[in-house]
Amino acid sequence: MSSVPVASSKGEARVPRAVPTGARAFAQRLISGDEVARVIVTVAAAVILLLTAMLVFELWKNSHLARDKFGWAFLVTKVWDPNAEQFGALPFIYGTVVTSTLALVIAVPVGVGAAVFLAELAPPKISDALTFLIELLAAVPSVIYGLLGMFVLIPFIKHYVHPALKAAFGWTPLFSGPFYGVSLLSAGIVLSIMILPFIVSVSRQVLLAVPGDQREGALALGATKWESTWKVVVPFARRGIVGSIFLALARSLGETMAVTMVVGNQPQIHASLFSPGYSIASVIANEFTEATTDLYVHALIELGLVLFALTIVINGVARLLVLSSSKYSANPA
Amino acid sequence: MNDATRTKYRRMVSTVMLSATGVCAVGIVGVLLFILGYLVINGARSLNVAFFTELPRPAGETGGGMANAVVGSAKILGIATVLGVPLGFLGGVYLAEYGNRTFAFVVRYTVDLLNGVPSIVVAIFAYTLVVMRVKHFSLLAGGMALGLMMIPIAVRSTEEFLRAVPNGLREGALALGTPKWRMLATVVIPAARDGIITGIMLNLARVAGETAPLLFTSFGNVFWNRSIQQPSAALPEMVYRYALSPYEAFHAQAWAAGFVLLMLILLINTSARLILMRARSGGGR
Repeated sequence: MSSVPVASSKGEARVPRAVPTGARAFAQRLISGDEVARVIVTVAAAVILLLTAMLVFELWKNSHLARDKFGWAFLVTKVWDPNAEQFGALPFIYGTVVTSTLALVIAVPVGVGAAVFLAELAPPKISDALTFLIELLAAVPSVIYGLLGMFVLIPFIKHYVHPALKAAFGWTPLFSGPFYGVSLLSAGIVLSIMILPFIVSVSRQVLLAVPGDQREGALALGATKWESTWKVVVPFARRGIVGSIFLALARSLGETMAVTMVVGNQPQIHASLFSPGYSIASVIANEFTEATTDLYVHALIELGLVLFALTIVINGVARLLVLSSSKYSANPA
Repeated sequence: MNDATRTKYRRMVSTVMLSATGVCAVGIVGVLLFILGYLVINGARSLNVAFFTELPRPAGETGGGMANAVVGSAKILGIATVLGVPLGFLGGVYLAEYGNRTFAFVVRYTVDLLNGVPSIVVAIFAYTLVVMRVKHFSLLAGGMALGLMMIPIAVRSTEEFLRAVPNGLREGALALGTPKWRMLATVVIPAARDGIITGIMLNLARVAGETAPLLFTSFGNVFWNRSIQQPSAALPEMVYRYALSPYEAFHAQAWAAGFVLLMLILLINTSARLILMRARSGGGR
């Protein structure tokens, strides 16, 4: 969108430029203050670029000890022993991936289901009101989710969910062993609630953007309401819905406080969801101020770098998918 | 299965599945109501005047408050707003009114990237930039971390609301011979003012609850913070530390702090969104 709308004035062969050029016009803009204003806003934009570049540079520079010592093996080493100065990221990558996957497994069906209801069934006023409330969930701070997770969700899982899962699936390695409360399972459930608003909000917008004649066509062919929704509307919006899921995934990968409070903070790899684990963000939050040696600090910052790279990639994919299917604003809250 | 029973079956599936989607939506709202209700009941029970007037007491003593954390949070958010919002605002003006193709594309892309950076990574950045250089935790470092987090949304909301201003207003001002910057300052930006302010409110509500960026920047403090060069307490950080402590009295304080924090955030968030909704449906600018 051109900001100075002089475009397409009639009778001229050339498309006129938004701002007149030439030394004289420049002098005029200088006197009127226009050049100063342009420089100020351009510098502000450049400073934002610079800050982002500095962020990447600082992460890179302050992790060089760990990068030099461990190389790529850092990513696949299981041992995290600060006393022996042995640092491997695998337990944290494992915990991050497992908790985020679990969160998606729970949140995707529920979130897409809710989005379908809000976009296809609910009357607009009710849909708007419910969406307003669901988006409030995105405004609740992470630390509050952690607080509720510790004192409400964990006792609930202990008394009801754990016995039920154990009885039904106890024979699989995923649901075996004792349950202490803090666990990958608890973290996954808390995360699933935290990412729901993102999935619902973006998926609903994408579904609302599906043209009405798609639905009418299906219904006219004798499809039931559900068949038209599930076999025509949802596939039409598939890219955007998958995009919303990636957006939610990026959120859950970087989520710190809530996970730290319920995941157990043990750098170990167990197949069982009942066992405690650790995540990349949590270990940084927990151990950064305790890190005594330079190598320890550098290893933690390298974990930050890994997390940064992960979220950049996932966010990029999400943006590509959502933008290509509908217009949406960057955050639902 | 003949046609009649098949149709019946399909209708039944339709009803069941559509009801299930309704259950999903209502269930999520139920979770929200549960969270609010639980915090109101537990928080209000632990909340008293002392919470806002007294310093935290050591473990074992009852009573005390988090006055220093309330003030600390306000100071940190103030610094974050002063550092992050003007920069983001000017960046947004650049994108909406001045941006040429390539540079504006790069800026927009970078802002999106910055928006996706996890808060704990921002914390590391503030730590290496400030804390590591001056060798101690400070309120200023916490404010800078949150300020950086405010930039992307400040840019995007400013850009969005400036673009929503009709071009006729710009043309009118320019036709009167106004220089472009005066046109922006006296016509376009005032027209987008409400939107930009609500954008800042939402932005503030979002970073007000951030805990991770404060853990190793402003760090925490059980006393009053005397200068921005010193460590400072903040509400979300207090919720975290008190929740993890083994003492019942501290847990009660954590609920009170969580309640105050959540109410503040929801108040700012909902009022901003209501203003926005009314402006969009009513004004139709």
